[in-house]
Amino acid sequence: MKKDIIISGVGGQGIVSMAAIIGTAALESGLNLKQSEVHGMSQRGGDVLSNLRYSDKPIASDLIPEGKADMIISIEPLEALRHLPRLSMEGWIITNTNPYNNIENYPDIEGIISEVRKIPNHILVDADTIAKDLNARRSTNVIILGAASEHLGFELAVLENAIIKLFEKKGSKVIDQNITAFYKGRELAHS
Amino acid sequence: MEKHLLMGDEAIAQAAIDAGISGVYAYPGTPSTEITEYIQKSEEAKEKNIRSSWATNEKTAMEGALGMSYAGKRSMVCMKHVGLNVAADAFVNSAITGANGGLVVVVADDPSMHSSQNEQDSRFFGKFAMIPVLEPHHQQEAYDMVHYAFDLSEVLKTPVLLRITTRLAHSRAGVAPRLITREQNELRLPERLTQFVLLPSIARENYKTLIHNQEHFKKAALESGYNSYLKGNDKSLGIIATGIAYNYLQENYPNQEIPYPVLKIGQYPVPNEMLQEIYDECDELIVFEEGYPLIEEALRGSLNIGKKIKGRMDGTLAFDGELNPVKVGKALGFPEPEKRPVPDIVVPRPPALCAGCPHIDSYKAINEVIAKHYSKGRVFADIGCYTLGALPPYSAINTCVDMGASITMAKGAADAGLVPAIAVIGDSTFTHSGITGLIDAVNDGSNVTVFILDNDTTAMTGGQNSAAVGNRLEDIVRGVGVAEEHIRVIRPLKKFHEENIQVIEEELNYPGVSVIIPRRECIVVLDQRMRQKFKDKTQ
Repeated sequence: MKKDIIISGVGGQGIVSMAAIIGTAALESGLNLKQSEVHGMSQRGGDVLSNLRYSDKPIASDLIPEGKADMIISIEPLEALRHLPRLSMEGWIITNTNPYNNIENYPDIEGIISEVRKIPNHILVDADTIAKDLNARRSTNVIILGAASEHLGFELAVLENAIIKLFEKKGSKVIDQNITAFYKGRELAHS
Repeated sequence: MEKHLLMGDEAIAQAAIDAGISGVYAYPGTPSTEITEYIQKSEEAKEKNIRSSWATNEKTAMEGALGMSYAGKRSMVCMKHVGLNVAADAFVNSAITGANGGLVVVVADDPSMHSSQNEQDSRFFGKFAMIPVLEPHHQQEAYDMVHYAFDLSEVLKTPVLLRITTRLAHSRAGVAPRLITREQNELRLPERLTQFVLLPSIARENYKTLIHNQEHFKKAALESGYNSYLKGNDKSLGIIATGIAYNYLQENYPNQEIPYPVLKIGQYPVPNEMLQEIYDECDELIVFEEGYPLIEEALRGSLNIGKKIKGRMDGTLAFDGELNPVKVGKALGFPEPEKRPVPDIVVPRPPALCAGCPHIDSYKAINEVIAKHYSKGRVFADIGCYTLGALPPYSAINTCVDMGASITMAKGAADAGLVPAIAVIGDSTFTHSGITGLIDAVNDGSNVTVFILDNDTTAMTGGQNSAAVGNRLEDIVRGVGVAEEHIRVIRPLKKFHEENIQVIEEELNYPGVSVIIPRRECIVVLDQRMRQKFKDKTQ
């Protein structure tokens, strides 16, 4: 078992939390893990990227080599495309369809989506709408995680526990919201 | 043994606690900030009474750590690579004084300049100061090296430099801390009470000791196990890989041994015999170093008349930028993995000032006044979030060089006749390195207007406490000699825009030193504070 995952989005979208959930699942499964992210300047509304690697064998590099990622999970569609050279030719791209528009020259969203569709293995999720329907606006990242869950190589219970662990301190309401969001995302990936 | 998921920075912090430090000294700087933050948040560190609050700048931090070492206790000082420039006087001279209690200097370099203005390689600083340098290649090694560094420091009575880079600093992996930790040292003065007195007569003797110690440093590097020679059958090539570059090398040989001899480097000065062995054994060498070509340059020499040495200097690898598995693979002759290009539709998303950021209001006002009365090109800025004011739509600043340079460069430009000159500096950067420059300006009566953007925090690195905020800033400015009537505090808010414009016009019109303090809390910190308040209320 070995997975190399790129998680992308814009600063503040919950990339670190998403990486933490998957990371916890990997650790609880007794796997080796390396997870690197960019801090500092990129937090100010810039693009954010996390390299997440887990394996039953030792992991050498903190960075995933270009062309080798098994999947890109993105909370923002433009950011999903930005890191495309990192994706393997057989890799999956799993992304939110909602733009985070904090730049003046944000490209045509239809054009972005059609570029995503060119990747044979893709899952597009309108996570913002679901989050709104669920009254859980901050759970967009967990919805995307749900949509990607089938490709992560974990039992559902392991991921569920990792979500509980991350949101433990925030109380049962937040946990329930996120578990619901997770399963909704997973369900949508199939539809 | 139980493993904890720790960032490189956190592994270093935990190791320092376990190794019995009595204090950590630091000024925030990406990618080093999390080391000190970890210790500040650690319950264990609190119980052990480890001092950890932020220093005003890297030099005061380095000197604080040196003082603690003088008193016999273990201390650690942490900074980003350019911070070492600020601390350089104290750092280089600490090699001459030597250490008493263990003294470890952690410097986090930022190749590829993710959040920095250059990619200088601190190993050169270590070489320059002539002290041992350690360069871990993964988080566990970083943890272990801190323990080793304190031992080495106390045995050889020398400061030790631990050099990491962004990737290690900000990457998490499982780390197994030691079960047996060390108590802090007791107060214990140096055996020779003149050890730290660098009068020329004493400094000359100390320097001779330092020169003599080079052999001990090399011997340690030979025996520690952090440098190792890995045999390989194919001697057409020998590989030297330092620090994290070794990971990228390994990544290219998944599940198999590397066919070539490899010299893995994690400790400097590198013993000559190790370099000699691989040089003699192999037809040619390739050097992978994260940073400048330190070993490569030493091997090639100026004349480059020996065997072929490949690396950053002959173009096998780009001279600039951080390494990665693909760059290393390409240099070894592996084909590049097949990949898709970035689609043309993708545009950059540069970092930007947050919506609601007080700096936006300050820049709008400054821009408006300049457009109305003066020509462009007179705003000297500094290091912080407000450096983002260089980008559209503000395009408000003309320089950003080093911490504190705004005031002094504005002064120099004013001296040259570019008046009025404007300096823009944050509250934390002002206390870090702006005060002395302001004294220069006052002494010369320079025609400068200094904006101290007081957002009550060190925002760029994530909201650490500033050394002086609020009224203390006015007190400092007044104490430095700026006339009371030219110290103006304004509220950078839309509703005060017209008033603020008037204040700025008045002060730009004044042909001496003015200080305007736009004061409003960082919007991110405010948001965090409000959320915490809400949480406290609801719990």
